[in-house]
Amino acid sequence: MIARVIVTPKPVVNDPQGLTVKQGLATLGFQDINDVRVGKYIEVNLATNSEREAREQVEAMCRQLLANHVIEDFRFDIEQEHKRR
Amino acid sequence: MKFGVVVFPGTWSDRDCGWVVDQVLGQELVYLWHKDADLKGCDCVILPGGFAYGDYLRTGAIARFAPVMDRVGDFADRGGLVWGICNGFQVLCEAGLLPGALIRNASLEFRCEWTHLSVERTDIAFTSRCDEGEILRIPISHGEGSYFADPATLSRLEQRGQVVFRYCDEQGRTVPSANPNGSLHNIAGIVNARGNVLGMMPHPERCAEAELGGVDGLKLFRSVAEGALKVLVS
Repeated sequence: MIARVIVTPKPVVNDPQGLTVKQGLATLGFQDINDVRVGKYIEVNLATNSEREAREQVEAMCRQLLANHVIEDFRFDIEQEHKRR
Repeated sequence: MKFGVVVFPGTWSDRDCGWVVDQVLGQELVYLWHKDADLKGCDCVILPGGFAYGDYLRTGAIARFAPVMDRVGDFADRGGLVWGICNGFQVLCEAGLLPGALIRNASLEFRCEWTHLSVERTDIAFTSRCDEGEILRIPISHGEGSYFADPATLSRLEQRGQVVFRYCDEQGRTVPSANPNGSLHNIAGIVNARGNVLGMMPHPERCAEAELGGVDGLKLFRSVAEGALKVLVS
């Protein structure tokens, strides 16, 4: 199974990278932007074939290491490996 | 007084801290490798600056799993002195030994410059030789030193007097213009509730000899060395 984990700064956390990207986009003419947040994308290839088991494991990974709950939120999708692009 | 300086792969301030401990202060020094499973009898553990494990994923995120960190956690639980400087502060937050987190500087720049700090606690080992409200001049050197904690944690820190150092101007005013990284409440250093675990972003080991442009950092090292001596005597 492949887990695609997305980690983002919590809404209350200042994200200077996002602000800077937003300014860059505005310079390019993309003026109609409310907000930009920059996060992380993490792909985890799991040996298990059980989606439930994979989900439990990735949830635990996110809580223990992949995301820092003080400053970050996380979400993830689980897919069969053959769908990997 | 025996100081233990922890060395992770990627730590870069270990020798600077070690120099101050044994060459400037004449105290006993031992380096602790990240794989060490004991603290070799030291009375104060220093987690120095650098980029432990390349700061992969997040600053301090991987370092907290090093074998030596289990011992540091036990040592802190027993009341041992633990002092995290810069990357060491980030590691202490990731390890849960201090609350909050250090995030990217608001400017997005790596800031390497002198700062002024107002000392708000002098009843702990790390600042026992300072006067309350004293202004120290100590340099910073970091890209991710912006202190963040949720509002409840922040107000708890303030109520319990756990903010030890705040960025200020030369007159001691904690104004936004004196804040080099966007830290909430101008926080530069905090201590745990018990008072034995200190984390700070500025580098006292870089200003412990006149040749380096300042000696204010030495005051903190002296505080630790002499504070511990007092405990031994009493």
